[in-house]
Amino acid sequence: MNSVETKDLHLYYGDFHALKGITMGMKKNQVTAFIGPSGCGKSTYLRCFNRMNDLIDGVKIEGEIMIDGVDIYQKNIQVDDLRKHVGMVFQKPNPFPKSIFENVAYGLRVNGTKDKKFIEERVERSLKQAALWDEVKDKLKKSAFELSGGQQQRLCIARALAIEPSVLLMDEPTSALDPLSTAKTEELIHELKENYTIVIVTHNMQQAGRVSDYTAFFYLGELVEYGKTKTIFTNPKDQRTQNYITGRFG
Amino acid sequence: MNQLDKELLRIKSKVEEMWTLVDFQVQAGREGLVSPDEELAKKVSKSGKKVNSYDIKIDRMCENIFALYNPVAVDLRWLLAILKINSNLERIGDYAESIAHMLKEANPPIEPTLLAQSRVLEMYDATQTMLQQVRQAFFEENTELARQVIKRDKILNKIHGKTDKMLLKYFQTHPHNIHQSLKVSGIIRKLERIGDHTTNIAEEIVFYVDAKVVKHKQKKKKKDKGEE
Repeated sequence: MNSVETKDLHLYYGDFHALKGITMGMKKNQVTAFIGPSGCGKSTYLRCFNRMNDLIDGVKIEGEIMIDGVDIYQKNIQVDDLRKHVGMVFQKPNPFPKSIFENVAYGLRVNGTKDKKFIEERVERSLKQAALWDEVKDKLKKSAFELSGGQQQRLCIARALAIEPSVLLMDEPTSALDPLSTAKTEELIHELKENYTIVIVTHNMQQAGRVSDYTAFFYLGELVEYGKTKTIFTNPKDQRTQNYITGRFG
Repeated sequence: MNQLDKELLRIKSKVEEMWTLVDFQVQAGREGLVSPDEELAKKVSKSGKKVNSYDIKIDRMCENIFALYNPVAVDLRWLLAILKINSNLERIGDYAESIAHMLKEANPPIEPTLLAQSRVLEMYDATQTMLQQVRQAFFEENTELARQVIKRDKILNKIHGKTDKMLLKYFQTHPHNIHQSLKVSGIIRKLERIGDHTTNIAEEIVFYVDAKVVKHKQKKKKKDKGEE
C-alpha cells in the first residue's frame, strides 16, 4: 500500500521545468531513498510532499500528490494540518533557541496542546524513539545548542516525531554529521520505519543502500528508475542509473 | 578513466596473466600424452606455483576494492565473478599439474590402442576448445559464447561416462598394460573436472554481463526431465 503517491507531477520554477511528469508511489512503513546528481529535482520532489515549494515565488505545480489517500492540493486542505502528517528533517540540524524539552514540545504547543502530563509523556517518548533520551534525560532544561551536531539532528527527528506524523521526510539528514552520528541516525531510520513511512534524499550511495528498501534515481527532473534497492544497486536496468551509482557519470 | 576503473583493469591484467599460465599447463598435458617431455612436466609444476600466487594476489586485490570502493552494480558483479573465476582457474591449474604427475607415473609413451580407445585426446581437444572459448567470452564479454561453452561440457561428460566400459574392454585385450590404462582413466577424470570448472567460469561470465544466474540450471533441467 502506498503512503505517498504522485501522478504525472510537473513543477516549474518560472520557465524552468524542474520536475517532469513524476509518477510513483512510496510504500507505507518502508524507506524510500531518492538519489541523483545535484539539480536533478530530488529535493524539489521531496518538498512537494509537505507543500514547502508553495513558499517559493513563481512555482507552478501540476499533477496529483496523494498522502494516505488524500490529495494534498485540494482546496480544503490546510497546510498546517498537512504538516502534522508529514514531518521533515533537514540537512543541517536546526534546533530552536530553546531548551531540549521545549524543542520537542514545540509542535504540540503550536497545535494547542496544553495538558502538561501529556506533553511530558510525548516528549519522553519522542526522545526515546529518536534514540536520544538516555543522553539528554538529565538535562532537558538545557539549551539545545549545547548538544553535539549528531545529537541536535536526533533532537530535530524527535521534534518531528512528537506530532506523530505518518510520513517522515529527510533531506540529506546526515550530510553534516560525523560517521558515528551518521551510523546512529541510520540505525534510527531502520527502527522508525516500523511506525513511519520514510522518504530520504541522500547523496551518499552507500547510505541509500544501507537504509532504504526502495531507491529512485532522478536525472534532469525525470524519474529514471525506481525499484527495490538491492536491484538498483546490483542490476540497474537503465544505463544512466548504472553510470551514476558506479561513479561514471558524464 | 576513474581510479576504480584503473584498479579493475589491473585485476583484469593479472587474471589474463594467470589464464595464460593455466592454458599452458593444460596444453602441456596434451603434448605430454603424445610425446613425453620431462622438462615440460617440470615447467607445468613450476607454473603451478605461479598460478597459486596469482590466486592469492587477485583475491587480495578484490578484497581491497570491496573495502575501499564499495563497488555496486556491474562492478560488484564483475568482482564477485572474478573471485570465482580466479578460484576455478586455480583448480584447473591444480588438475593440469596432477595430470602431468600422472603422465610421469604412466611411463609414457601411452600405448597407441589405449590412446585411441580411451578418446583421451578427443577429450583434451574439447577441454582446450572450451578453455579457449571461455577466455574469449570473458575478455569480449560475450555471453553467447559462454553459453556455448556450458553446452560443450556435455561432450566431456559423455566420454567420461564411457570410461569404465572402455577400460574393462581394454583390460581384456591388454592385460599387461593395466597400470597405464588406470593412469589414462585418472587423466580422463581430471579432464572432466577441468570441464566442470570451465563451465563454472562460463556461468560467472553470464552472471556479470547479463546479471543472470545460470549455475545449477543444467542439473535442475536433468532432474526435472528425470521426474517427468
